[in-house]
Amino acid sequence: MIHLVKRPQPSRLWTALTPLLAVILTMIVGGIMFAALGKPPLEAIRTIFWDPLFHPQFAAYSRPQLLVKAGPLILIAIGLSIGFRAGIWNIGAEGQYIMGAITGAGVGLAFYPLDSVIVFPLMVIAGALGGWAWGMIPALLKVKFGTNEILVSLMLVYVAEAWLASVSSGLLKNPEGRGFPGSRNFQQWEAGANTEVIAGTGMHWGVVAAFVAVIFAYVLLTRHIRGFHIRLTGEAPRAARFAGVNPARVVIFCLGLSGALAGMAGLFEVAGPAGQITIDFNSGYGFTAIIVAFLGRLHPVGILLAGLLMALTYIGGELAQLMLGLPGASIQLFQGMLLFFLLATDVFTNYRIQLGQGKAA
Amino acid sequence: MRETLLQINGLTKAYPGVVANSDVSFDIGRGEVHALLGENGAGKSTLVKMIYGLVKPDSGHMTLNGTGFAPQDPHAARASGVAMVFQHFSLFEALTVAENVALGMENPPKPRDLARQIREVSETYGLPLDPDRTVGGLSAGERQRVEIIRCLLQDPKLLIMDEPTSVLTPQEVEILFQTLRKLSAEGTAILYISHKLEEIRSLCETATILRLGKVVDTCDPREATARQLAELMVGASFDAVTREPRTPGAVRLAVRHLSARSPNAFGTALKDISFEVRAGEVLGIGGVAGNGQDELLAALSGEIITAADMVHFDGTPVGQQGPEARRTAGLLSAPEERLGHAAAPDMSLTENAVLTAAAREGLMKNGFLDWPGARSFTEKVIKAFDVRTPGPGTAARALSGGNLQKFVIGREVMQRPQVLVVNQPTWGVDAAAAAAIRQALLHLAAEGAAVVVISQDLDELMEVADRFAALNEGRLSDIRPVQGLTVDEIGLMMGGAHDMEVAHVEA
Repeated sequence: MIHLVKRPQPSRLWTALTPLLAVILTMIVGGIMFAALGKPPLEAIRTIFWDPLFHPQFAAYSRPQLLVKAGPLILIAIGLSIGFRAGIWNIGAEGQYIMGAITGAGVGLAFYPLDSVIVFPLMVIAGALGGWAWGMIPALLKVKFGTNEILVSLMLVYVAEAWLASVSSGLLKNPEGRGFPGSRNFQQWEAGANTEVIAGTGMHWGVVAAFVAVIFAYVLLTRHIRGFHIRLTGEAPRAARFAGVNPARVVIFCLGLSGALAGMAGLFEVAGPAGQITIDFNSGYGFTAIIVAFLGRLHPVGILLAGLLMALTYIGGELAQLMLGLPGASIQLFQGMLLFFLLATDVFTNYRIQLGQGKAA
Repeated sequence: MRETLLQINGLTKAYPGVVANSDVSFDIGRGEVHALLGENGAGKSTLVKMIYGLVKPDSGHMTLNGTGFAPQDPHAARASGVAMVFQHFSLFEALTVAENVALGMENPPKPRDLARQIREVSETYGLPLDPDRTVGGLSAGERQRVEIIRCLLQDPKLLIMDEPTSVLTPQEVEILFQTLRKLSAEGTAILYISHKLEEIRSLCETATILRLGKVVDTCDPREATARQLAELMVGASFDAVTREPRTPGAVRLAVRHLSARSPNAFGTALKDISFEVRAGEVLGIGGVAGNGQDELLAALSGEIITAADMVHFDGTPVGQQGPEARRTAGLLSAPEERLGHAAAPDMSLTENAVLTAAAREGLMKNGFLDWPGARSFTEKVIKAFDVRTPGPGTAARALSGGNLQKFVIGREVMQRPQVLVVNQPTWGVDAAAAAAIRQALLHLAAEGAAVVVISQDLDELMEVADRFAALNEGRLSDIRPVQGLTVDEIGLMMGGAHDMEVAHVEA
């Protein structure tokens, strides 16, 4: 008989070990899956994890892509993780990301074709506000009426997608676009473009913002009383109330912050790599960031690493589709597996296995 | 000497890291009222769980009526004539008394017969109970009667009772004892688990004392003093609590017509509570659990916000302030529930110190926390209150209940409060540590603080309090000086014996 025995306190070793173990298990089971699809498993894994960084031909293109993809994932995941720490489950970052892109791009396009350095900062602020406002809807509904933020924030994603479809073929449509849906391209308007800070590295302003967010979150959670209260709310809500924490304020702060960061990520994307608002502008970053947040153990530094890893599977997955003809869905399955194995191995942080009645295994 | 009913021979049970019972042997005679005495963690629960078939011993054996007895599960134990009344009731609130009784029986009779049987048993043993009432509307004492009657209907040879008096008023306790004495006279043996020494001395004829899983003594409790029993339980003599002389000063905490609804759906609303506590004074508030204790603490700590003038601290109305503001001013509190309320289970002791001490101990500047400072404050608490732990980095949940309690009380006392409100300050704490905590509370009062001790342990209240009042269904009784107060009077203040009657003892 196998028993799970609760540890007297969470194991630090396992907290660090489970993400690695999850990656290894994903590689093994993913390899089996690729083999079942009739593809060479080792080659597929190498194509996903190794080639994007070190392949003589592709690395030059895909290395900068790593930061381009990791930037928004990290930025969104940091915001989500702070809420998750407090037990506030914002599942609708995708919607906040879309709304941030729309409001930010909208403010930018209102100034077109003004050539001024204030345009881009204004767009960033507008993007953050758009995401924040979209996050405030589930926050206020939860505080006022006790609704479930998981459902409300998730459903608002579909509302945001409807808005995206509407503005890209209506309000924000490029008047010079020959009738095609989609806004003006920001890459062709210097004042409104999210440019690379260091050319050729993929490091645009959104990546910088992501790094700043990592540091900000780290300081908040480890050094500041507000971060302490957020963690306390998640771990022991009654103790938090006893300490004097106002639960409503935590809800508003967390959903507002994660919304603002997701909105900013949306703006950086629309003004940078994506270039324009289109019907299918969103690419699921808001959902993938949930995996990133958990893979990074809701810890800022962990999220930084997890964001890079997840970006790698994106790029490597595209490469594997191209090179080996792997179906796109198998890559998504692969990413899903990562979260699945992480949650499964997570048990060992708080429990240890005991075989029979005897000693610990 | 009585004929032996249950013989326990060398029972041993080990859990990882702790030996709960080691070579425990004793006999229980037919019709004997046998006390099982020991501190929390001494192994009493494990032992009775083995007798009741919930836990299997690693080694050792039992005989019941001379034949081998090794129950595989409670079902088998009940079939052999062993019944148990747990400390925590297992009743369905939405069902009637009769339905609840039927659910616990192996072969329940027809509802009409069962109702008649319940009436018969309840009349015989002085435990009045209407079989058709819904359990949700019963008091704690009445719920206990349901459990007892459920056991009695199965005609047990051995009745195990786990801390049965913690939910009863003194009057109810006396009636329960008469029932138990009657059962004993009829030949039912009773294994009575408790750490309340006076109760055991008045009820039991034999006491087996457990310490750290071993039997340290078997004696006749009627011939020993409570102090001797306590020292056997603890294994060492400890200092009795001493009161330093103090003179009450100005009113520090004044509660005026405090009424508040409970945040909890099954909680008790506070109804028009008024009292004052002066500097240097300890007010003891007794009462059976669930009569508004948690709500009163929450209203004083600031977790429940009330009208401003319902709570005055040093003359200032603070009823509308939250916990942080009250704490900063000097009104501190320690709730009953250690894990999850007073402390966050998975956080370290240092983090748990920050939980209440951040502002008052200067552990933060502009919102930024001073972790080295918090750590040294935590170390001070650990040292001053003898908290047994590897260090301030240990998670709160890794501490034993008693040690965590010492930490929680120590954390507040070390912040030099002007008013301290504690709920169940020594619940689950061993006798020596309990004495240390009470001493610390008295010392705090002697230094000029006003202290409110809410507790269900009347001995504790008599030991520390200057004045006593009782909570009953959210109302506070008259406040009386402790000196000269009799147990009968206290019982009446707690609400008397909620319509119980004395058993018709014939034997």
